[in-house]
Amino acid sequence: MFAMLALLLMGCGDPTLSTLLPQGEVAKSQYSLMVLSLAIMIFVLLVVFIIYAIVLVRFRQKKGDDSIPEQVEGSHTLEILWTAIPIVLLIILAVPTVIHTFNVSAKEKAGKNELSIKVTGHQYWWQFEYPKDEIATAQELVLPVNTKVHVELTSADLIHSFWVPSLAGKTDTNPGDHNKNYMWLDTGSKTGVYKGKCAELCGASHALMDFKVKVVSKEDYEAWKTNFKSATAKSADQAQGQEVFKKNCLSCHAIGKEGGSTGPNLTGFGDKEKIAGILDHNKDNLKKWIRDPQKIKPGNNMPKLNLQDDDIEAVADYLLKMKLENK
Amino acid sequence: MSTLASHSKKSGLMDWLTTVDHKKIGILYLVAGGLFFIIGGIEAMFMRIQLFKPENDFVSADMFNQLLTMHGTTMIFFAAMPLIFAFMNAVVPLQIGARDVAFPFVNALGFWLFFFGGVMLNASWLLGGAPDAGWTGYAPLSTTSLGSGVDFYVLGLQISGAGTLIGGINFLVTIINMRAPGMSFMRMPLFTWTSFVTSGLILFAFPPLTIGLFMLMFERVFDANFFNPDNGGNILIWEHIFWIFGHPEVYILILPSFGAISEVVSTFSKKRLFGYSAMVFATVLIGFLGFMVWVHHMFTAGLGPIANSIFAVATMAIAVPTGVKIFNWLFTMWGGKIVFSTAMLWAVGFIPTFVMGGVTGVMLAIPSADYQFHDSYFVVAHFHYVIVGGVVLGLFAGLYYWYPRMFNRVLNETLGKIHFWTFFIGFHLTFFPQHFLGLMGMPRRVFTYLSGQDLDDLNLISTVGALLMAVGTIVLFINVIISTSKKYAPSEDPWNGRTLEWAIPFPTPEYNFAQTPLVRGLDPFWLEKMAGNKKMTPAEPVGDIHMPNGSILPLFMSIGLFVAAFGAIYKSILVGVIGLAITFLCMFLRSVIDDHGYHIHKKEVEEDMKEGRS
Repeated sequence: MFAMLALLLMGCGDPTLSTLLPQGEVAKSQYSLMVLSLAIMIFVLLVVFIIYAIVLVRFRQKKGDDSIPEQVEGSHTLEILWTAIPIVLLIILAVPTVIHTFNVSAKEKAGKNELSIKVTGHQYWWQFEYPKDEIATAQELVLPVNTKVHVELTSADLIHSFWVPSLAGKTDTNPGDHNKNYMWLDTGSKTGVYKGKCAELCGASHALMDFKVKVVSKEDYEAWKTNFKSATAKSADQAQGQEVFKKNCLSCHAIGKEGGSTGPNLTGFGDKEKIAGILDHNKDNLKKWIRDPQKIKPGNNMPKLNLQDDDIEAVADYLLKMKLENK
Repeated sequence: MSTLASHSKKSGLMDWLTTVDHKKIGILYLVAGGLFFIIGGIEAMFMRIQLFKPENDFVSADMFNQLLTMHGTTMIFFAAMPLIFAFMNAVVPLQIGARDVAFPFVNALGFWLFFFGGVMLNASWLLGGAPDAGWTGYAPLSTTSLGSGVDFYVLGLQISGAGTLIGGINFLVTIINMRAPGMSFMRMPLFTWTSFVTSGLILFAFPPLTIGLFMLMFERVFDANFFNPDNGGNILIWEHIFWIFGHPEVYILILPSFGAISEVVSTFSKKRLFGYSAMVFATVLIGFLGFMVWVHHMFTAGLGPIANSIFAVATMAIAVPTGVKIFNWLFTMWGGKIVFSTAMLWAVGFIPTFVMGGVTGVMLAIPSADYQFHDSYFVVAHFHYVIVGGVVLGLFAGLYYWYPRMFNRVLNETLGKIHFWTFFIGFHLTFFPQHFLGLMGMPRRVFTYLSGQDLDDLNLISTVGALLMAVGTIVLFINVIISTSKKYAPSEDPWNGRTLEWAIPFPTPEYNFAQTPLVRGLDPFWLEKMAGNKKMTPAEPVGDIHMPNGSILPLFMSIGLFVAAFGAIYKSILVGVIGLAITFLCMFLRSVIDDHGYHIHKKEVEEDMKEGRS
């Protein structure tokens, strides 16, 4: 029955988004509980539906039959039976439930050798920090394969919820120092790009607060870190774009070690999967975004800058050329 | 007590505005609740149209958030709640053999407070935008929401909440004090029992909501910092307070529906309810446990594994008494002679649907798995299975069943069955796919979704289902309109009823029972019929019947609060003071004017009895 259920659910949905195609031990353990509970519940449903079907077929009033059925008061045996059996079923479910609840819960501090990252929710983007490496990036969380990651969650404004269905269930990012949350995320054995979502209503563009988790090989991960740390805002062949960026964008967006942190860090922007988390990564979309961010993500905090067309062109070129390279 | 000779029959509109008669208040609740049900339904249709394809732009993101907030708030507080109160008013006093509720004046006040709360909330559409923080109103989204939408939410709910609370107290007192001789607690029909437990839940669940709303109001209007972490507040306080109210609220809604289903299943199987005492015990237990499980709405808020485990097990425990109910309904039908009237169809449709909502409830009780389910469309599917598949299907069963008693008319059975099948199939088509949408990674409360995520087909099916539900609802309203042309022949017992509400002729006399009936057991009317009696045995001689006078004061008290709320929203002290002054003046008048009511004289009652009117 288990196998049948698993088969039934497999192949449901987008393999980078579906909870039914879990990667890594966290999502897999959550999936196993989903299957166990569903199996028990389908058993319950079957029992109810069978009795139900029998009742509806056998006990309809026949034409011309005006007799009064026996007025049964009840049955102690039956009452005990349908109290006791559900209790047993629930105990079967409750034991693994409690075990898993403790297993997946994360403590405040990560172990010495564990990779630890800090997630901060913003309206409507995600900030990812690697405290040990002093890296702060946004929208795309790069992680090494086969790693259990300790995640600290907080928010810069209101409640968001960090959810990567393929890799781990969600946990809220609460504003305020008293309500920081911690969770585990296991990257699993496959490299790939997984979709992440905000799962708590957080304003107009809640639906558009997507992010990506890029699971890469350990070597690629190390290289990415090194390149990230050595990246700068300088660009030899894009002088105009760099100038525009410095004047208009740098106060909120950082590249390399320069710049503010109220907006997403744009280091390595040229390598990103999406623009603003949702649009395909190309120049047209980037220009569209810079021209009027409110049109694409209503209610976000990036102002409309009223740049000249050629400035937009230049800054878009500049940003798209910002790739992380081996130096 | 003197008889006021001045009692004159009011007519038309004035009668409805001043009535304190539980039967008329029941109709008022039904009509107002039905109206809000349509408004909430239209909001739902807009949302489903927006979501029928990816990246649709039928409504804006901001508008969608208003729609989802208003749909939830309207359906819970201004559709489901009043519809439940409609049947409680129409049925409970009759089922216990009473002439009215304990406090008829308060009953009217409860209705008008609810009504003006609903008008208040919906006025926001016309006054700068509806609330957009979800029906759960989580801080800081609600405290920082721009515009005055959330203020309308806070004050609308505050006013209607006061109405609900006094309504609940009224029914507690009524059921405890006004049962006919012989109607012991363990002889009360199950609808009365569930109304009783629901009223108890209201008594304990609504005060936390009141407090929470006051805090929210202070934070918005007077810059308090209960939920502001920058100034030492804590956002989790709101979540706790809201769900300490919010979870029992779910049981407040479902229990009366359980009651209606129990009456319908028993009547149309021609059998007494199987395991009556187990059913009563299960009801009380569900009500009790309902207060112990609120944290399962907050599993992902980060309370830690100990809190999550305790509340997980407590939540699972509720499945046991609920299961007891399901099996007792099934075994009530077992061995019966089932007549598939429209009311029975709804009850029969209710059982599997509610069980499906129940089992996903148990799945959601598992914290670790809930991290995946939570705030996804899986949850949306679950709570619509229990609230539409449970509460609404139960209310429809009750509507077709009690419609003759409330309106002296029957609803057309054929149209009723069309209504059932379109709504029922539409319902499953809408919400069954949503389980899978959630599991496939679709969060709830999203105004759109990007293409290329395998979410398109199921969303389309869901929208088609919603259209079918709308068709079903339209059929119901056609049915209601057609029914107005048919009057019911008096002294008929349309369903071969078992309980006291069927022991009186049509239309129900103003005083309900000419003589208070003597109750000899469970299903008292059925017992008398089986013993060969056509009527209940009276427990008292015919005499003068004391009746309460109608009053316009409840209406004005509510209008006063309605006006005062506008003062709070637009920060006008003058308007606020005027509003409160109206309310306090009405309260003063109510306190100083002696109103002894009037008597219907023995002669009139005897005449009614002779002519079969009572």
